[in-house]
Amino acid sequence: MARAQSGRVAHEPGSGPASPAAIQICEGTVRAMEPVTALAGDTVVDVTDILQQTQVMEVLDKLDRELVGLRPIKTRIREIAALLLVERMRSTVGLTARPPALHMSFTGMPGTGKTTVAMRMATILHRLGYVRKGHLVAVTRDDLVGQYIGHTAPKTREVLKRAMGGVLFIDEAYYLYRQENERDYGQEAIEILLQVMENQRDDLVVILAGYKDRMDTFFQSNPGVHSRIAHHLDFPDYTPDELLAIAQLILSDHMYRFSDDAVIAFRAYLERRMAMPHFSNARSVRNAIDRTRLRQANRLLARGGQITRDELMTLEGQDIRVSRVFRQTEPGGAATDA
Amino acid sequence: MPFHLTQGTFSYLPDLTDDEIRSQIEYCLDNDWPISVEYTDDPHPRNTYWEMWGLPMFDLRDPAGVMQEVQACRAAYPQHYIKVSAYDRTKGRQTTALSFIVQRPSRDPGFRLDRQETSDRKVRYTIHSYATDRPAGERFAE
Ligand SMILES: Nc1ncnc2c1ncn2[C@@H]1O[C@H](COP(=O)(O)OP(=O)(O)O)[C@@H](O)[C@H]1O
Ligand SMILES: [Mg+2]
Repeated sequence: MARAQSGRVAHEPGSGPASPAAIQICEGTVRAMEPVTALAGDTVVDVTDILQQTQVMEVLDKLDRELVGLRPIKTRIREIAALLLVERMRSTVGLTARPPALHMSFTGMPGTGKTTVAMRMATILHRLGYVRKGHLVAVTRDDLVGQYIGHTAPKTREVLKRAMGGVLFIDEAYYLYRQENERDYGQEAIEILLQVMENQRDDLVVILAGYKDRMDTFFQSNPGVHSRIAHHLDFPDYTPDELLAIAQLILSDHMYRFSDDAVIAFRAYLERRMAMPHFSNARSVRNAIDRTRLRQANRLLARGGQITRDELMTLEGQDIRVSRVFRQTEPGGAATDA
Repeated sequence: MPFHLTQGTFSYLPDLTDDEIRSQIEYCLDNDWPISVEYTDDPHPRNTYWEMWGLPMFDLRDPAGVMQEVQACRAAYPQHYIKVSAYDRTKGRQTTALSFIVQRPSRDPGFRLDRQETSDRKVRYTIHSYATDRPAGERFAE
């Protein structure tokens, strides 16, 4: 709630003696957007005003539009937004409480949108005044943990300082903890993190991300971290339909499109690719599209002559079917290249 | 009137409050200036390079991180001068853009003027910080 700044709250003449709540406000515990003039039980806050001020709906709708699927995630984000909006309204009428803890864990397979959602989350938290700047600092173990004694604390603190005012996103957070080595420097980073998560909630939000099973093990060994995480969001794998929709979204971003035949080919591609190792959801889709663009370019150049705008835009089924993914399943087909 | 060291921006003003310091730091960060915290107990104006409190801070977005270092430096050196400096790295500038004091010792006796008679009735003037008569580290102790 932009809690760093304190605001002065004026009392209009005739609004009666200041209630205890009002006195608390005068001491600067909350910043009210406008002067609070009355704090009786029937004081009114206008939801429309608050929505307009924060423009949070815009971001939430954008999230709905631009991210395919992720129903449970989107629902939870809306719930968090509602909580913060109500918190904001409460503070306008002098109902102050320690702001809710909002550290989170994002679990899911690679390419399920954890990093992407974290960036959106930073924006949303900023709009709602929970963080002051709204940037995202994404790190892994190497950014936090040092190589020798005395190296870790300054390194971790530096990252924390950069993340202040925004969101610190720790990818594959479980690598901070090495069960087999109790002298591992990761432990030191965890302890500093814990302190900041508890005492400097005003300054930053921490999001831990990674595979679900490993994160669960990590939480078991680090109950202190677990207890400071307010929201556990589990990112589901995408269905083939969702992956296709993601592909269409990426294509239109780049001003490309699939031909009808390409859609069929891409469905077949997905079916095979999903069964293969190292499948990473939306990221695999993005990579597949990049390779398909490459093949389309080669095809067009090899053909030569005049090329229409439509042709430049359209990825054809053949651009997809030459993928290694199709070759691999043919009898005796040894994979060569992409 | 007690002595009041005037070095850097704002030094003719009453001491800045922490909120004011925070706003100035925010201004620096908004300008993309890395910030460093420095301290000394030798306030001679020619002592340009104060001790560094940690490394300069790059890529911060919010003043909270700098304030944290200022507080830590104050805790470690409660009777030193502490300043915050912001560096403008843009080409053609490459210089300190803003530098201001964020802590003073509770009492600084100030400077005296020394006159040195030299040849041909010439006089050389220099200033001398009373504090530096005492050993480093004990200069501004109560
Ligand atoms: N629901 C989605 N809708 C559209 N694109 C998505 C979606 N989820 C992920 N992507 C895209 O897939 C890529 C990988 O997502 P990312 O957030 O990095 O996944 P993770 O962090 O879980 O590995 C990004 O380019 C992102 O834009
Ligand atoms: Mg990621």
